[in-house]
Amino acid sequence: MSEIVLETRHLVRRFGAFLATNDVSLKVERGARHALIGPNGAGKTTLINLLTGVLPPSEGQVFLEGEDITSMASFRRVKRGLTRTFQINQLFNDFTPLETVALAIAEREGVGHNLWRSIAGYGKVVDEAAALLARFGLASVMGERTVILPYGKQRLLEIALAFASKPRVLLLDEPAAGVPEDERHEVLQIVSDLPADVTVLLIEHDMDLVFSFANRISVLVAGAVFVEGTVAEISADPRVKAVYLGENA
Amino acid sequence: MSVLPQETTVSASSSTATAETRAAKLMKRRSRIRFYEIIVWIAAIAAYFLLPSKMLILTEIAILALFAVSLDLVLGFAGIVSLGHTAFFGLGAYVAGLMAQHYFAEPVTGLIVAGVASGVLGLLTSFLILRGSDLTRLMTTLGIGLMMAEVANQMAWLTGGADGLSGFSPGPILGMFEFDLFGKVGYLYCVGVLFIGTMIMRRIAFSPFGLSLKAIKGNPMRSGMIAVPARKRIVTAYTVAAIFAGMAGALLTQTTSFVSPDVLAFHRSADVLLVLVIGGTGYLYGGIFGAILFTLVKDWLSVITPQYWMFYIGLLLVILVLIGRERLSRWVEYLPERLSKKEDR
Repeated sequence: MSEIVLETRHLVRRFGAFLATNDVSLKVERGARHALIGPNGAGKTTLINLLTGVLPPSEGQVFLEGEDITSMASFRRVKRGLTRTFQINQLFNDFTPLETVALAIAEREGVGHNLWRSIAGYGKVVDEAAALLARFGLASVMGERTVILPYGKQRLLEIALAFASKPRVLLLDEPAAGVPEDERHEVLQIVSDLPADVTVLLIEHDMDLVFSFANRISVLVAGAVFVEGTVAEISADPRVKAVYLGENA
Repeated sequence: MSVLPQETTVSASSSTATAETRAAKLMKRRSRIRFYEIIVWIAAIAAYFLLPSKMLILTEIAILALFAVSLDLVLGFAGIVSLGHTAFFGLGAYVAGLMAQHYFAEPVTGLIVAGVASGVLGLLTSFLILRGSDLTRLMTTLGIGLMMAEVANQMAWLTGGADGLSGFSPGPILGMFEFDLFGKVGYLYCVGVLFIGTMIMRRIAFSPFGLSLKAIKGNPMRSGMIAVPARKRIVTAYTVAAIFAGMAGALLTQTTSFVSPDVLAFHRSADVLLVLVIGGTGYLYGGIFGAILFTLVKDWLSVITPQYWMFYIGLLLVILVLIGRERLSRWVEYLPERLSKKEDR
């Protein structure tokens, strides 16, 4: 199994003189559990933004399942099965979790443009939203306004919302950040339980989580891929330790 | 607390079933008719019987309300600010006048033709408001409004120029109900159109489309990431809003038998924005409440201080905005529970 679903070729992103992404060529195989690690400011989130169309690259290309999506709008990439979560929650404050997730499902099912039927009339959409919220432990708060939910619940909604689009490639930007310690593994468990053909690219700082979840790791330093390999290779690599412990180590 | 209490304690299927039942109930509650809605429509009918001498100002309120409700669809739902909404109102007014003068005096036909014409203008101009910030949109819409006003002024052979259009009278509504001198039929006609228009826009508000508009307003980046095609949705919403704004303009023409160049004046765009600020945005009825308050306050001020009433309107605006946008947009939620029948949690 070595089909490449997500690929970047010589991706570059500059912010003025600052090089946030420096010639990144990345290949992610179908079904991979690929982790992206690196010190703060290494350009991990920028890379995710380039992959999902939140930012346009300065140079280079992005391919999804062999198709060049470099200049494609975000919503079209989502329609093609590529979606993400955000490091800082990006939710609809005035929506309830139920409305939030139901809208994502309605858009996935292609009924979002219907302006005549009430959402309540889409029984399947509502049922699926309820089931998804229950799976993430959000059933009890599904009717509350999102903005008043505790941070941990908002974090779970952030991840549930990405699941609602049923991605084939899921990019998780520090999903466990802000989730209480004892619940982190459960969040990652839900991610691990995704079907084997769903590809996951994970940004995470918690090394325990990374090593237990990923089967392949890329280390990003100063915008460029520093080293890439299997979990065993990376965890044994003295250079990676040096990067994490400090420049002088 | 575990993340997944249901799954660990109860069997997953039964908790999912409970969640589904609850979700279906919550979704149905979203769109149920609120108490204040019933009050509004009963009051509109009651006014016909109780205030026979006030038909003209009540008609003015109904027309302004339809205009404001249509703006709420773009401002309160999609978050598109506009200073040129009267371009659609004015076009509708002129089209209805020309229809009555040259072609067909039946008002409902004129109303529909005016709505279609404004809808086409809305569709064409919607592409200009897709990009940019609030400020760009304010300037673009303002510019379109100003251009429309000048076009109407220049095309005197068609529009009557500065004199406006007059000398026509609309026929009986649907060939049956003749407009009377006291404006009673005109009032019922306007309330009827307002009711139908509000009900149509209400339906849109609770559809997946309506929810996606609020998502675009709430968080444009995330709405893209759940596959909402924002531009397409904005084009549709803007076009629908233009249709109803055009119909409001047509109502003004038909009830007054006159089209003044004033229908395209900048102050109308500003007034309708003010109406929404007063009534609150994002739930449609803000346009109706706002129109009632705005018209009554304006009427009252112009009696007690005929020359300086605009001063107080300005003062009111400043006070309202200082009180805060958040409170303004949903003041209905601050009504006692029984009155507002908030959505259950």
